Amino acid sequence: MSLLELKDISKIYGNLHALDHVNLTVDQGEWIAIMGPSGSGKSTMMNIISCMDKPTTGQVIFDGRDITKDSRRKLTEFHRDKIGLVFQQFHLINYLNAVENVMVAQYYHSMPDEKEALEALERVGLKDRAKHLPSQLSGGEQQRVCIARALINSPSLILADEPTGNLDEANENIVLDLFRQLHKEGTSLIVVTHDPEVGEVAQRIVRLEHGKIASDKKNEQFAE
Amino acid sequence: MFFRMITGAFRRQWKKMLMIAMTVALGASIATAMLNVMLSVGDKINEELKAYGSNITVVPRSEAVISHLYDVDETEEQAEYLPEETLGEFLTIFWANNIVDFTPLLDTPATVNGQEVPVVGAWFDHHLAFVKKGTTYERNTGIINLRSWWDITDGTWLDEAKLKGDRYAMVGQKLAATLSLKAGDTFTVATDHGTETLTVTGIFESGDDEEGMLFTTLSTAQRLTGAEGQYKKAEVSAITSPDDELAVKAAKNPDLLTGDEYDLWYCTAYVSSICFQIQEAIPQASASAVRQIADSEGKILEKTELLMALITLMSLIGATLGISNLVTSGVMERSAELALMKAVGAKNGQITRLILTEIILTALVGAAVGYFMGYAFAQIIGQRVFSSSIEMSGMVAFLVTILVIAVTLVGSLPAVRMILRLRPSEVLHGGH
Repeated sequence: MSLLELKDISKIYGNLHALDHVNLTVDQGEWIAIMGPSGSGKSTMMNIISCMDKPTTGQVIFDGRDITKDSRRKLTEFHRDKIGLVFQQFHLINYLNAVENVMVAQYYHSMPDEKEALEALERVGLKDRAKHLPSQLSGGEQQRVCIARALINSPSLILADEPTGNLDEANENIVLDLFRQLHKEGTSLIVVTHDPEVGEVAQRIVRLEHGKIASDKKNEQFAE
Repeated sequence: MFFRMITGAFRRQWKKMLMIAMTVALGASIATAMLNVMLSVGDKINEELKAYGSNITVVPRSEAVISHLYDVDETEEQAEYLPEETLGEFLTIFWANNIVDFTPLLDTPATVNGQEVPVVGAWFDHHLAFVKKGTTYERNTGIINLRSWWDITDGTWLDEAKLKGDRYAMVGQKLAATLSLKAGDTFTVATDHGTETLTVTGIFESGDDEEGMLFTTLSTAQRLTGAEGQYKKAEVSAITSPDDELAVKAAKNPDLLTGDEYDLWYCTAYVSSICFQIQEAIPQASASAVRQIADSEGKILEKTELLMALITLMSLIGATLGISNLVTSGVMERSAELALMKAVGAKNGQITRLILTEIILTALVGAAVGYFMGYAFAQIIGQRVFSSSIEMSGMVAFLVTILVIAVTLVGSLPAVRMILRLRPSEVLHGGH
C-alpha cells in the first residue's frame, strides 16, 4: 500500500526548474534513499514531501489524501502528525536539554510527557544523557536526540536530510543502525543524501539529476 | 514546557534581555517623571503664580454694574460697601480649599501733615473664624501672602496677632520718603470722619503705585471712612484650572450651558466657576477674574504640559525604536530555533506568543526599574524647578505600565512580521 505519491510534481523558481515533472511512489514501511549531486532537486523534493513547501504543479497524495491544495495551517497540522524530521545540522534548541528538546515536538503536537520523551531517548540509547544540553553532547548524540524528537509523535514517515553529513564514521554507523532498527519496526524512511555509503544501505535508491528522476531501482544489496 | 522555554530563553539571551529592559527602563523613567510632573505642574505653576497676587476681585454688585456701564471710578457718593461678615462666605464655597488667600480692602483719601495720602485698610495676617449652620470655618489670611513681593526695607510686617490694638500702618517707600517716616514713627492721619494716630511698623518697596500708599488695618480704615463693619473690595488668590472652551462659554453666560456642561463646569476649578460660586454665596457681590493672571496661568500651564507631553512622546518613540531593533535582531539570531519550532508543528501564533511573552516580561521588569528611576527624576525636577517634591500618582504607574506594554507590542511588530514570514524550508535546509 502506498504511503506517498508524487504525481507529475514540478517546482519552478523563475527560469529554474528545481523539480521537473517528477513521479514517485513510496510504500508503507519502505526505506528510500534520494540521491543526487548538489542542485539536483533533493532538498526541494524533501521540502515538498515534508509539507514545508508547495509544488508549482502536480499533486502530493499522502495516506490517500491529496494535500496539494491544503492551506499552510492545515499542512502544518498534517506534517506535525505524519512526518518526523531529521536534519543534517540537528537543529536542537541549545538552551533546552536533551529530553526537553524531544518534548518540544510533543508540546507543539499535543501534550509534553517527560516519561514518553525519556523512552524515546532510551530507544536511541541516550537515556543517561537526557539532562545534558546540546553543547554537552557529541555530534552523533545530538543527531540521535534529533531522531528521538522525530520519533516522539509516532509519525508515518521519517524524513532525514543528510542525516550523517556532520558525523564521523563511528557515529554514522550508529545512526544507520538506528534507521535499520526503525525500518524493521515498520517505520517508513526517506533519506536524502549525496553520500553513497548512506544511500546503499537503503531498500530503494532514487537518483535525481537536474530536477528529474534519473533512476529508481531496488537495492539488490539491501540486507534486512 | 512553555515556561521552561521562556526561562531557557532568558538564561541564554540575558544580555539581550538586559538591553531591552534598560531601553524600556529609560523610556519608562522619562515617561514616569514627565507624567507625574505634568499632573502636578498645574498646582505647582499656580502656586508660583500665586506669588504674583490675587486672580479674583470681589466688589459690590451695584458698583460693578456702574463701572461696567460707564467705565468710571466711583465717587464717595456712589461708593457701595459689602458687609465684613460676608468675607467668611469664601470659606464655605465648593472650591474653598482652592482659595489660598484673600483680603478685604477699604481705601479712602486722607491727609497726613496736610498732604493728601491714599489710605488702604486691609487684613495682614488676620485670623478669621466664621460660623455657618453650626460649622466653624477658620483661616489665617491677608496681604502678607498676597503681596509676597513686597520688600520690607525698614521694620517688619504689620502682624495683627502680635500687636496690641489696630492703630498701625505700613508705608510705601516713596510716601515714607515724602513724609520722612521710618519704622517706629507715629503720625496722624485725618479724614472727614475723624483722625487716627498710627505707628509705622514697616516701610516697603513694591515697585508699583502702592509705594505711594499707606496700608493700615481694616478696622482703622473703617473708622476713617465711617464704614464700620464694611469693606469696598476683596482680593482673592485661588488655585484655578486653565480656561478651555467650556470655561469661555460659561464665562459669557452660565445659563447657556447644558445640564452636563454646567455640572462639569461647576465642579472644575475654573476661575469663572469659583467667581460664580462666590456670587452664589454673597449675592450682593460681583466677583470677576483678573484676566492677566488667569490667562498667564492657562498659557504657561498649556505650554508646559505640551512640552512634557512631547518629551514623553519622544522618549516612548525612542524606546519603541530601540525595542524594535533589539527584538528584530534577537529573532534573526534565533531564526533556526524558530524555524525548527515551525518544522515540528508550532503555529505562527504559538511562536509569536512565546516571543511576546519573553519581551513583555522583560519590558515589565524594565518598567518597574524605570518607574523608580522616574520617581527620582521627578523629585529632582520638583526640587530644582519648584523647590518642592512631586507627588507620585498611582494613575501614572498604571498609565506607564499600559504605555510600556503598548510600546513593546508596537516595537515587536517588525519581529512578529519576520516570524510570520519565516519559512523553515529556507532556514533549515538552505537552497534548493
